Amino acid sequence: MKLKIIKSGLFLFLFYLQSAHAVLQIEITKGAEGALPIAIIPFERTGIAMAMSVDVAEIVATDLQRSGKFSPIEREKLIDQPHSLEDVNFKLWKVAGIDHVVLGQVKVVSPQQYELQFRLIDVFKGGQVLGYRFLATDKTLRSIAHHISDLIYEQITGQKGAFDTKIAYITAERKVGAQPSYKLQIADTDGYNPQTILTSTQPIMSPSWSPDGTQIAYVSFENARSEIYIQHLATQKRDKIAAYEGINGAPVWSPDGRYLALTLSKDGNPDIYVLDLRTKKLTAITRHWGIDTEPAWMPDSRELIFTSSRTGKPQLYRTSINGGQKQRLTYEGNYNANAEVSPDGRTIAYVSGEGNIFKIAVLDIATGYVQILTDGELDESPSFAPNGSMILYAAQADGRGVLAAISTDGRFKQRLVLSEGDVREPTWAPFKQ
Amino acid sequence: MMRLKILSVLLAAGFLVACDPAQVKDGDSAGGQMGDQTTTGGISDTGVNTGRYMDNVSYDRAAINDSGSVLAERVIYFDFDSDQISPDFTELLVHHGKYLAANADVSLRLEGHADERGTREYNVALGNRRAQAVRRLILLQGAAASQVAVISYGEEKPVALSHDEEAWRLNRRAELVYQIN
Repeated sequence: MKLKIIKSGLFLFLFYLQSAHAVLQIEITKGAEGALPIAIIPFERTGIAMAMSVDVAEIVATDLQRSGKFSPIEREKLIDQPHSLEDVNFKLWKVAGIDHVVLGQVKVVSPQQYELQFRLIDVFKGGQVLGYRFLATDKTLRSIAHHISDLIYEQITGQKGAFDTKIAYITAERKVGAQPSYKLQIADTDGYNPQTILTSTQPIMSPSWSPDGTQIAYVSFENARSEIYIQHLATQKRDKIAAYEGINGAPVWSPDGRYLALTLSKDGNPDIYVLDLRTKKLTAITRHWGIDTEPAWMPDSRELIFTSSRTGKPQLYRTSINGGQKQRLTYEGNYNANAEVSPDGRTIAYVSGEGNIFKIAVLDIATGYVQILTDGELDESPSFAPNGSMILYAAQADGRGVLAAISTDGRFKQRLVLSEGDVREPTWAPFKQ
Repeated sequence: MMRLKILSVLLAAGFLVACDPAQVKDGDSAGGQMGDQTTTGGISDTGVNTGRYMDNVSYDRAAINDSGSVLAERVIYFDFDSDQISPDFTELLVHHGKYLAANADVSLRLEGHADERGTREYNVALGNRRAQAVRRLILLQGAAASQVAVISYGEEKPVALSHDEEAWRLNRRAELVYQIN
């Protein structure tokens, strides 16, 4: 793997992928000041001498850096490279102002069979605060490396890590003289291991994960109309959930897994509905002449945030699924749409438009305070990491659709760029169960 | 067995742009500002369209295959975040409505679209309302409801792929796709 470091005010990492299947590459576009320095020592190789394509320490360093909360020491600048607890010179790290050191071993037991261990050293406590051993294969090695990042992240920040999770997104390729190709894909959070869930010459939209991460709901135009499907990831089996006259759109799974919120225009105008997935009972939540769409669940699975043009321009509203008053949430600006509620239910991320510029904003529900997070021109489709630490969204760079992620505090930003075509509508999977 | 013939709509789009430079200008001045959805400039200029198709419009069944007919124009354009049909296009839609009324076995699929600005599902809803607005006007001419179907693709099927005012203007559209048995 080729790692190239460019220094220019804010630091910029270009992280090239070599696998033929890896189509997304990460560019870290905004570094965080005040991030915690951490030394991640290249893991010691033992066992059978064999070329390995996966560098565990590098994956961990990149993960921690992507969170915006850590600033891993560049490998060339490591003042020491201990491989065991006994080798750690605490005084040295203390003087260097490094609070945490990660060290470990990868033992090649047999081809494609590995034994991994790592230790997290707290320099000021003067000892190990975390230590694990794992068995891995070629297929699980990257996932285990992300899991190590999660364990380190949680030990130091107190918040569960979300590196060893998945993202789903839509890609679109349009070439002159060829049919367009739309794909629903799933990949690791760093863009590796992309898997295609659905390919179509017609648009695919609005992927939504089931809360247990085993199924994805989406909109497909494959039959020359919009239809909602639910697909099981393990079996690839899928069911058509909605194919009413007009719009069948914006499916979103309730956090308790019982309902699917969706937009239908079967009665002439786009309104929000809730489908009980067990009883198949469909309940209208809104009935208005304006556009009502883009439902997003509150964590209790009893309330929805949605976009409505009932006052003329799209704004966000809140409603119970039992009906009643629709409470308007946004007032600033002419275009506030596509809400996504944070896992703790305190914050709403959404798209805020002004003129031709669309950015991701966050609204603090309790105080009504709005913060514009991003600085793109056409940012959309925000999706929270399951631990609430990052927001993944779609952006445009050099005229192409790319994915971007920003820490919820806005301090750290990165981009996931597809080798060709557009990538859009990212949605972060729930924690692995 | 039914033979389904879908006539090229892209061609019609090109035709419209080529033949009507006045509209390009109107669209440009209207497209930029969100929050300004009424094209006041455009409306005062529409005199050029009045009577454009008045004489000798044929509603014969075969007229739909005549590239010289007004019925060959099958794309209409909208302002940003608006489903209002511009007076520039009402006469055109009246002709399509009369054609359908005269040919009960012909059906039409109205495809609503939006430009890339704004959110994707909202744009699906917006495209739906655009196509519905066209449908209402066409049904007023006596076409049967069963003749006219509506679908919205939102911003998912742009005809212009660049990211500027001109591309946005061309993408904010409703396409009339005839289906002739």
